[in-house]
Amino acid sequence: MTVHMRLGFHAPETEDELVDLVAEALDTRTPLEVMGRGTKREVGRPVGSGAVVSTENMVGVSLYEPTELVLVAKAGTPIAEIEALLAESEQELPFEPVDLGPVLGYGPGEATIGGVIGANLSGSRRILKGAARDHVLGIKAINGRGEKIKSGGRVMKNVTGYDLGRTLAGSWGTLAIMTEVSLKVLPAQREVRTVICFGLTDQTAIEALCIAMGTPYDVSGTLHMHAALAEQFSDEEIAGAEASVTALRVENFPSSARYRANSLKQALLAYGPALELDTERSKVFWNEVRTLKMFQGKPNPLWRVSTTPSCAAKLVGNLSRKFEIRAAYDWSGGLVWIETPPLTDGGSVDIRRTLAEFGGHATLIRADDAMRAGIDVFQPLDPPLAALSAKLKHAFDPLGIFNPGRMYQE
Amino acid sequence: MSTLTLPDPDRAVLARRNDIVKQLKRLVPEAVLIADLEGRRAFETDALTAYRCVPLAVVLPRTTEEVSAILRFCHDNHVKVVPRGAGTSLCGGALPLEDAIVLCLSRMSKVLEVDTENRVARVEAGLTNIAITEAAAAQGFFYAPDPSSQIACTIGGNIATNSGGAHCLKYGVTVNNLLGVRMVMMDGEIIDIGGSYLDAPGYNFLPLITGSEGQLGVVTEATVRLLKKPEGARPMLLGFDSTESAASCVAAIIAGGIVPVAIEFMDRPAIHVCEHFANAGYPLDVEALLIVEVEGSQDEIEYLLEKVEDIARDFFPSVTRRSQSPEEAALIWKGRKAAFGAIGQLSDYYCMDGVIPLSKLPKALDEIGWICRKYRFDVANIFHAGDGNLHPLILYNANDSVQLERVELCGEEILKLCIALGGCLTGEHGVGIEKRELMYEQYTDEDIDQQVRIKEALDPSWLLNPGKVFPIEGRGARKLRGLELHQLEALEPELVEGHDVP
Repeated sequence: MTVHMRLGFHAPETEDELVDLVAEALDTRTPLEVMGRGTKREVGRPVGSGAVVSTENMVGVSLYEPTELVLVAKAGTPIAEIEALLAESEQELPFEPVDLGPVLGYGPGEATIGGVIGANLSGSRRILKGAARDHVLGIKAINGRGEKIKSGGRVMKNVTGYDLGRTLAGSWGTLAIMTEVSLKVLPAQREVRTVICFGLTDQTAIEALCIAMGTPYDVSGTLHMHAALAEQFSDEEIAGAEASVTALRVENFPSSARYRANSLKQALLAYGPALELDTERSKVFWNEVRTLKMFQGKPNPLWRVSTTPSCAAKLVGNLSRKFEIRAAYDWSGGLVWIETPPLTDGGSVDIRRTLAEFGGHATLIRADDAMRAGIDVFQPLDPPLAALSAKLKHAFDPLGIFNPGRMYQE
Repeated sequence: MSTLTLPDPDRAVLARRNDIVKQLKRLVPEAVLIADLEGRRAFETDALTAYRCVPLAVVLPRTTEEVSAILRFCHDNHVKVVPRGAGTSLCGGALPLEDAIVLCLSRMSKVLEVDTENRVARVEAGLTNIAITEAAAAQGFFYAPDPSSQIACTIGGNIATNSGGAHCLKYGVTVNNLLGVRMVMMDGEIIDIGGSYLDAPGYNFLPLITGSEGQLGVVTEATVRLLKKPEGARPMLLGFDSTESAASCVAAIIAGGIVPVAIEFMDRPAIHVCEHFANAGYPLDVEALLIVEVEGSQDEIEYLLEKVEDIARDFFPSVTRRSQSPEEAALIWKGRKAAFGAIGQLSDYYCMDGVIPLSKLPKALDEIGWICRKYRFDVANIFHAGDGNLHPLILYNANDSVQLERVELCGEEILKLCIALGGCLTGEHGVGIEKRELMYEQYTDEDIDQQVRIKEALDPSWLLNPGKVFPIEGRGARKLRGLELHQLEALEPELVEGHDVP
């Protein structure tokens, strides 16, 4: 007898309830749209399932040991809650996850930790401290067979078996439903300084950022954006500069951060460092970078492009000759956010063709349903890698019930 | 050989040995092929020397294309393959099988590109770990993971085991420093993943490959992150009258908001052996010694060492000494890095690699001491304390088969202790053959099945480095005979459930 699964929204409170739900979906061959609180639901090809499963009711920090730099949280725990808890012990998530909520029409800090890891969202500090996935010490999840699986644990180093936790990072809920993540955290930096140059061309700015990354001053933020984007920021000197803004962040204990900022200015003398933000202004500025303030409030397609830093400016230059774009470079040029005009394909063909020349990949982060249904939101993979990806998907989710088609057509 | 079981050799393959060698020679004429017994014997073991097995043949290719041709041939002829770098595995990860060829990548050792503007290096998999840093040093850059064996071990081997090292407390382990690989699958397909940018497209295969102990594919090229050398680095020595005080001090340093670049721990036996070997200037009248290293400008170093000393004061160190010169610093590290070799000159040792939560360090050391006394072995402890990665070295006589069996039981008890304390079996050496049977201590059937499904998806015939990582007894053994999981599940339920943990 075929029993149809209850369609609609399911938000189990426990792993066991989730196991039952997945079993029911398997029995009835019902695809599940998997999410946390849904703040990134509009990323990827629309899943179009009538059954949604959310981890939003699986919340709470089950273990936090500041002295061991480890935190274990249920997947549905809001990131804001985790960061507030860490702040009480002067600690933080070192990878400073970029908050896509505000550019996708949600509030800041609403995302869940499961969603952040599921999308492998890393912020500006990625260049120094590593990606979100690098901080995953272990996970618990339900696979596509409805089995509870775990990988890793709560200790700093672990090579016991294959690393499924970091593998699930960035899988956008297509391999398994994470129920708990264990993360490495670090002491928060007390002093933050931001050195800013104005009016550099893209090519010159990337050059400066790469020079800065080649200094021993532990630069933890390297951003460059056009004047029109800088206008969106609340810092008056940045917003009112009427010039492109190139920003470099250093952090540490106070005397060290000051020393690093000064040394950095010396190293970048030729690029005319004109402004230094103190801790307070720096924090405001980088928090706005984290929520992609420069791209909020518009519906235009927004791309996230990963490439070799030294190619980034040329890549953007080539694209600008095809259509009008607004670009911000992070990760010293290795990550480029590109806003395109509302073309029917969002600029997909040109972006990917240009990328083929320089190396790297592009993901469409913001677009309406029709556009996302019509183009490859995630970078199409070379056939060997695509075949390997299909095998991995099958190994976790043999019937393809989790977020089918969200990343790749099946 | 003591309790170790290896998969039954494929008699048909053994019988075809000459033919296989001949065909391989024809297939990759440029590659070095070792078929004589004497030559093959040089590859019969890795750094876990208690186990030996002479392989069918050894082949040393020069190019990715050759690796591809060899793997495709082995795939088509159902010949098992054991990939090998420098053979420094401490867990038997490169232990050959009688019916397997050893695919040794040591001749693929070119630096392909050093790009300091983008801070990456692209190298062949057989290049030694230290050679990456050497290639970038002139421009002031280095490759961060620094396992003790770094002068010998290869980057390919580092990827296979996700190697760490003393300085990974700050810089992370291999997985955190790897940006791309060129990899050959068992069927010969060449796949490129990632490149000279910070995230690879699609699923996160890099962390899956890293630490997979050569079971999913053979990495032939790697793109790794380079970092700028710090302005300066300086270690200090903190000596304590008890291991408990030293252990508590480690936790207090981390809790104090300081993450030094390294915190290494040595107990009395380790200190004495290393000092005798390297004349590193270690104090001999302490029970435990910490090497704490910090980095930065001169002022930053002074500030941090001051803070560390302040924190340490609560634990009454009997020795507090900052290194005064680069020479002294180098000596301090020489002693530490020579530890395994120094102890190896005195006695055979069995090196463990369990990890525990930092707060359990005093308890763990206490219990390890007790377990070793129970089995009547001496133990030296020398390890990366900052991340709780223990390396008890149990001293024994490898030529005494009774001792070998006993030392393995002793080691097993220590690893079970690590798990009971909330830790894991291995932090950086890998599971290999050594800890395979203990996997069920840490994982459930479902956990292991999920890993096995990935293995089967990428290497359906279990030809690539079989007999490692997964328990071979019980259901593991059936898998190795070629029963795939879905076939297993069709067997009677009691058979499927009945996995025996020896």
